[in-house]
Amino acid sequence: MSEKQEHVSVAQAARPKHPFAEPPAHWDYAPSLEDKSLARIEARYRLFIDGAWREGRKRFTTINPANEEVLAEVALAGPKDVDDAVAAARRALPKWAGMPGAARAKLLFAVARILQERSREFAVLETLDNGKPIREARDFDVVMAAQHFFYYAGWADKLDLALPAALGKPSPVGVCGQIIPWNFPLLMAAWKLAPALAVGCTCVLKPAETTPLTALRLCEVFEEAGLPKGVVNVLTGAGKTGEAIVRHPDIDKIAFTGSTEVGKAIQRALAGSGKKLTLELGGKAAHIVFEDAPLDEAVDGIVQGIWFNQGQVCCAGSRLFVQESIERRVLDLLDARMRTIRVGDPLDKNTDLGALNSAEQRDKVERYLRVAAEEGATRRAPAAKLPTKGYWCPPTLLEHVTPTMRVAREEIFGPVLAVLSFRTPEEAVQKANNSLYGLSAGVWTNKGSKVFDTIAKLRAGVVWANCYNRFDASSPFGGYKESGFGREGGLHGLLPYLRLPS
Amino acid sequence: MTDPKIHKTFKLYIDGAFPRSESGRVAPLHTQRARKGARANNARAKNGEVSSEVPIAQVARASRKDLRNAVQGARRAFASWSTSSAYLRGQILYRMAEMLDHRSSAFVDALVHFEGCSAAVAKREVEVSATRLLFYAGCCDKLTQLLGTVNPVAGPYFNFSMPEASGVIAALTPSRPSLLGLVSSLAPILVPGNTVVCVVPTQAAPIALDFAEVIATSDVPPGVVQILSGEREELVPHVATHRDLDGCLLCVEDAAIDADTRHRERQLVEAEAADHVKRVHVAEAVTSKDWLEGRAQGLGWILPFVEIKTAWHSMGR
Amino acid sequence: MSPGIDEALTPPFDLHIDAVALRARAAELGTRSIKNDSKRLGLARAMSMIDLTTLEGADTAERVRRLCVRAQRPGTGLPPAAAVCVYPRLVPVARRALEGSPVRVCAVSSGFPAGQVPLGIKLEDTRAAVEDGAEEIDIVIARGSLLAGDFTRVHDEVAALKEAASPACLKVILETGELGSFEQIAHAAWIACIAGADFVKTSTGKVAVNSTPATALCLLHVVRDYHAHTGREVGVKCAGGIRTAKEALHYLVLVHETMGPSWLVQSRFRIGASSLVDDLARQMLKLDGGRYVGSDDVVQD
Repeated sequence: MSEKQEHVSVAQAARPKHPFAEPPAHWDYAPSLEDKSLARIEARYRLFIDGAWREGRKRFTTINPANEEVLAEVALAGPKDVDDAVAAARRALPKWAGMPGAARAKLLFAVARILQERSREFAVLETLDNGKPIREARDFDVVMAAQHFFYYAGWADKLDLALPAALGKPSPVGVCGQIIPWNFPLLMAAWKLAPALAVGCTCVLKPAETTPLTALRLCEVFEEAGLPKGVVNVLTGAGKTGEAIVRHPDIDKIAFTGSTEVGKAIQRALAGSGKKLTLELGGKAAHIVFEDAPLDEAVDGIVQGIWFNQGQVCCAGSRLFVQESIERRVLDLLDARMRTIRVGDPLDKNTDLGALNSAEQRDKVERYLRVAAEEGATRRAPAAKLPTKGYWCPPTLLEHVTPTMRVAREEIFGPVLAVLSFRTPEEAVQKANNSLYGLSAGVWTNKGSKVFDTIAKLRAGVVWANCYNRFDASSPFGGYKESGFGREGGLHGLLPYLRLPS
Repeated sequence: MTDPKIHKTFKLYIDGAFPRSESGRVAPLHTQRARKGARANNARAKNGEVSSEVPIAQVARASRKDLRNAVQGARRAFASWSTSSAYLRGQILYRMAEMLDHRSSAFVDALVHFEGCSAAVAKREVEVSATRLLFYAGCCDKLTQLLGTVNPVAGPYFNFSMPEASGVIAALTPSRPSLLGLVSSLAPILVPGNTVVCVVPTQAAPIALDFAEVIATSDVPPGVVQILSGEREELVPHVATHRDLDGCLLCVEDAAIDADTRHRERQLVEAEAADHVKRVHVAEAVTSKDWLEGRAQGLGWILPFVEIKTAWHSMGR
Repeated sequence: MSPGIDEALTPPFDLHIDAVALRARAAELGTRSIKNDSKRLGLARAMSMIDLTTLEGADTAERVRRLCVRAQRPGTGLPPAAAVCVYPRLVPVARRALEGSPVRVCAVSSGFPAGQVPLGIKLEDTRAAVEDGAEEIDIVIARGSLLAGDFTRVHDEVAALKEAASPACLKVILETGELGSFEQIAHAAWIACIAGADFVKTSTGKVAVNSTPATALCLLHVVRDYHAHTGREVGVKCAGGIRTAKEALHYLVLVHETMGPSWLVQSRFRIGASSLVDDLARQMLKLDGGRYVGSDDVVQD
């Protein structure tokens, strides 16, 4: 034995040192930039009304939030433009609604296909206008947008099969005013337009003022697919334009995704009008990690839950509830994982966390971080070299948060995670539900019966179990309580655009 | 000489009990003939004039605080009612139908006595009411299958959507048809597991609170149904602004209110609902004939106070 | 064997793994775009971590000698491999061929690949290989015992083989493709660590399912936790089916983002492969020349 050891160790000592015997100090991935020119940005954008492009009387600019450079000038829709767009949608309605479902389906399938073919262009354009990482725009936003058109296209000729016969034969609601936010500009347009168009509604869509470009580009796709004029009209503008749409007397339905504050104002404005309304509003989702959870995957879920799209997601898992027995361990894992998040140029394919969408949003996030500090929470964020221009916030975690703090109750809409703890499953559910919101929630546990018990008890429209922030065109999405009403996606997503016989 | 009739005061139904209004207020209910001039009477009453007619009953007049107590009861009851089995809810609604049917002649008499309608009309209303309860009793354990879906998501996840109750719902029920309007309003609300606070007009109170006795003897857990009689005009703003009501069913008052008032009421309810994104549904049925018809019954009455919950679970080993 | 031992063979924390999320994370790391200098570093690092392997019944001394040459000079811009991995009979050949080079001699033993021989033979197999000059020994665990729940036996065999192989570096092959679940893989890895493994290794390359990025991630998590609990570091070796530079870089990204850059070294991470070298050489040529490489530009062996 000893003799053999000697023999080998002599031999090992005889080996020269391998040139790569020591690890490298670091391995920085070289920038892998997506080609900006793919976005084909024009200097000026017009309104899309009645199948034609029209100048606005005023204009505004849209910028790249990652470097504050102006991307383009965009027409600002005024009251006259709103009137004309609504009138165009009204004129287009009978023919579109009366068209055989199969014909509408063909056109919408074509939209899905063209979107897929132009996916790289849309991804780059979205990244430039929104600030989100190209990886997400490419692998999520555009993919999902195309899937939505494909999914709802298939419903167009099956509406009679969609609902229980007891509800009677459904008909399209009519002219829809749709107002969408800036966090997923193209995808939200698809969420709104696809079901509405499938059932035979015509639409007036207003994208957010900071992210108008992909919705306008989508009009090119509609033209290319051969959608009749007036079926979709896109009006760019800010709150005033939105208000004109909401208050327009000839609109039958309003669909809004955005802040709870604006949603409430819309609900109030529509009081007594008889117009249909769906609202997809804010959230402060509870993300519950039980002690018997698969922890490494739960940590990935937490990361996906709060740092996807810079946390600018209404269903972001912004309130983390960790069972006390594993809190330290989860925080350690999370801390290590946070350090690997790559913050920077959204066009870099290796970027995980891009820019916040606007100065306003950045200011809001920073305001909340100040509030957190005042309230006694401890802030943890890996040191990140942030670009000097643009609107940035590193992945941030708040420890020592208690349920009464504002950062544990109010929607921050940024990459800021509030960490709280609980002792028993009952306490977890009680704390999770103790919120004005009820959009989404997450739960991690290895125990099946606990999963279903928790799913059943959480008052939220979407519950992710052992996953988070997953989406699909066939999966309904929408909130309880102040997170709004109505569903988007899936069979249930047809209902808000259908009128049932009374 | 015949014995004098026992005078009955119709009290509220809150949390399984029959309390008087905390305010101590009662409203007199007049005979059918007098009721036709009810609005004039009410106007006089407001001006401090006393009606010359002898009331046939005294009805508790619910206050804002009664509403608060009712909502609290409903909120307490919500957790267990909404998670009780659909089968159990179905049996309880069926029990309500049974009890109503059992007491049908008493309800016919009461309708004739308090509302002055013909026995035939009254009989029809009671029959349809019982049948309607049966319809919804059988809905409870079908709803998930009617409204639920399994969704074919493109990924290794099991994904399903299912209906759940919205929470505590207020129902502003019509004065006529008193029994059928009440039953048609509250039963679909109960189906998915909501609890309900019914606000019934004084004129409908005797029948509604008789029906509360049906509820109280049908194994309906305390707090699942509340019935408050009172002045609709007085209570509507409180219903509209109450932040612990998740929804409001607004049955339009056909006979008693003019179109302008109706519109103002709807606007008020819908506008104040926005304060916490309350679900508001305006009932399609308006006339007594509407309420008797099939359109006053169906899935469409359940949908407004149902939330769709979608759950994802990873599938892998 | 007392029941208490099996308990000790279970990780001191709940071992739960969500397969979907694990695979999703592993796949996400596969989307990293590695270009230019970072690619150059990655290709070279990958090369330095390779256990260049031939494990065929048809292996001859000549074939092993050629492989040893390749291991020392894999191509322009590429460092030598970490080791050459052969069957025990060929250890002396490799030993002579690698004299004076930094490339180590590795042998599979213990009844590789199925491990279905008596322990005495496994031990003898191992001792003989070390005596012949193997500096690294890759053994297989008794999968049958593991699947039958006899964790003690798995542990004791590895421990005995560790002693027999000493002072060679011991890599313990779990044959992850046969274990059925990530929990089982992690449990097997934990037992191997406790029994004294220097590396845990995914596969023999002889079954249908070999190393996958998710399996690698799973093993990395185990050795990280084992280190946290015991202070002893155990390496990871992924083997089987890794043929392209892109795949190899994917593994490096996994290691890098899970364990940090200090793990991008052959003492901690290995790749068991053979034809991978060809593609690494091709990609390095492409990086240097800017042109796609022709099929005969790189020697294939």
